[in-house]
Amino acid sequence: MKAVDNVDLNVEEGEILGVVGESGSGKSTLALAILRLLPKTARIADGHIYYKGKIDLARSPENELKEVRWKEISLIPQAALNALNPTLKIVNHFLETAKAHGVHDRKWVVERASKLLSLLRLEPDRVLKSYPHELSGGMKQRVLIALAMLLEPTMLILDEPTTALDVLTQRFILDLLKDLHAKTNITMMFITHDIAVIADIADRMAVMYAGKIMEVGDVYTVFKEPKHPYSIALMKSIPSLTGSVEEMRSIPGTLPDLVNPPPGCRFWPRCPHAMDVCKKEEPPVVELKPGHLVSCWLHARR
Amino acid sequence: MEVRNLKVYYPVRKGIFGGVAYVKAVDGVNLVLDKGDIFTLVGESGCGKTTLGKTIVGLVKPTGGEILYKGKNILKLNKHEYLEYRRNVQIIHQDPFSSLNPTKTVFQTLSFPLKRWGIARSRRELIEKVSELLSLVGLKPPEDFLFKYPHQLSGGQRQRVVVARAISVNPELIMADEPITMIDVSLRIGILDLLLDLQKRFNTAYLFITHDFGAARYFAAKGGGLIAVMYLGKIVEVGPAEDVIHDPLHPYTKVLMSAVPVPDPELSRKKKLLKLKSLDIPSPMNPPPGCRFNTRCPFSKPKCEKEEPPLVEVKKKHWAACWLYTS
Repeated sequence: MKAVDNVDLNVEEGEILGVVGESGSGKSTLALAILRLLPKTARIADGHIYYKGKIDLARSPENELKEVRWKEISLIPQAALNALNPTLKIVNHFLETAKAHGVHDRKWVVERASKLLSLLRLEPDRVLKSYPHELSGGMKQRVLIALAMLLEPTMLILDEPTTALDVLTQRFILDLLKDLHAKTNITMMFITHDIAVIADIADRMAVMYAGKIMEVGDVYTVFKEPKHPYSIALMKSIPSLTGSVEEMRSIPGTLPDLVNPPPGCRFWPRCPHAMDVCKKEEPPVVELKPGHLVSCWLHARR
Repeated sequence: MEVRNLKVYYPVRKGIFGGVAYVKAVDGVNLVLDKGDIFTLVGESGCGKTTLGKTIVGLVKPTGGEILYKGKNILKLNKHEYLEYRRNVQIIHQDPFSSLNPTKTVFQTLSFPLKRWGIARSRRELIEKVSELLSLVGLKPPEDFLFKYPHQLSGGQRQRVVVARAISVNPELIMADEPITMIDVSLRIGILDLLLDLQKRFNTAYLFITHDFGAARYFAAKGGGLIAVMYLGKIVEVGPAEDVIHDPLHPYTKVLMSAVPVPDPELSRKKKLLKLKSLDIPSPMNPPPGCRFNTRCPFSKPKCEKEEPPLVEVKKKHWAACWLYTS
């Protein structure tokens, strides 16, 4: 199953890159692949993941990856709220995480954890002493963010960090992340199916579908002038508080077979503009204007 | 259906040595549902909306107040009336995976209520009726779906089967609790459109419960229905969809509307967020005295801490329970 199929993506230092897609788009697989945390059933078939121009994470041996995970790049996976060990106090989560990455200075860890928790508007003393079940969903999510930032990574990958949260808690966490970003300039890759959240927090965005990137650009451009039919259809299909209810509609059809995908563009069976070439050849990537890329025959010269 | 001053309290043991506290999940709710009405209930988790839904369909017993079906208290219906009530009030749950028996084909699942209520008997009749239902919910051609098992269908297809089952007995009211939350985003409107289409055809009433304000707005606006906002067991605002969304009256609704992210980067960054006095959500075991929202309300006054404001009609058909609007 080709979960991620020929993806080219840059993440600039200090930016918040939003990766938006539905189930089967490959966005979560992409996140796991970057840190080589894919399940045993998956493998990186080909390609490179260059980090700071120095190493290729796709080919690095385990000892090199160990230096990258948590120290350079951290991942907060989907449904991570359930990943907290119910038998461990929060302070021990921090200590164990540090130990697992070769940091044994307890005092340093507790100090750093306290600083991070404060930054995330939590009371360090109270939270460190608590067990996960004593904390609310929003508090747990903040603990996870603090855990991810413990060893001062350059980049955070967050996979659906606010999906399970209530509106007000989600707003709070999003604003906190923006604040954190402003204070530390940490690079973020924010993965979600919720385009409204991307509009809210991201600087640039990539739209994924069936393992491929359909469109990339800065958020203002992609939202104002979406060029890929999938981007346009996706935005129309999500009911929001703004916009005309009359113009909202679902995308007809379903995902293609990811094991043996048919030739051509992955989206053509559901595309209102599908042409003959779309069914035969995969579209090239076209740069419509600097920074705005789209993979679609409508915009390519044949 | 008429819900009068409904209270649903869940007893909770306090500590090991006994003593009982009550989680006041629903604490005094009134509403009326007529044939073909669309009533959307929104709120964050813990507001009582799911409990309210479950009580209306008879899954949970009221602690106080009453629920009337066609004028009669649902706890006092005779056998015949009760069967009518259970047939006419159907449920669509959130999870299409667990709502369908994995060991039964679509045909078996959909035949069951038809046989049970005597709508169809012979195999030929059943196949005909089930095929009709599958077409109605957009699963075409029906032959492709009749003998499939749930695991062979996608999430969206499974949910359509659940909808087919709910409408198979021609109910008057469908209570849908987060029916699209587990469906892929680009397919959600399809399910909502299906429900709205069925409303037009069969004049079915809907009680649509969700925490997704966008979906609530879409469903209520397209269906010409009302949106009610719940907080800590009470309805704090109710009115026509576009009024509640674009001209919220209750401070809680105002805060919610300003907090929901919108798919517009410019608007998102310009939006002024109404700040809450406190982030702490009061416990439903111990709601604050006076107006429940007073501990977090950016507009609270001394009166709000002492007396609970009644739900009053502030603008045409638009009600709010707030001292800002009642002297």
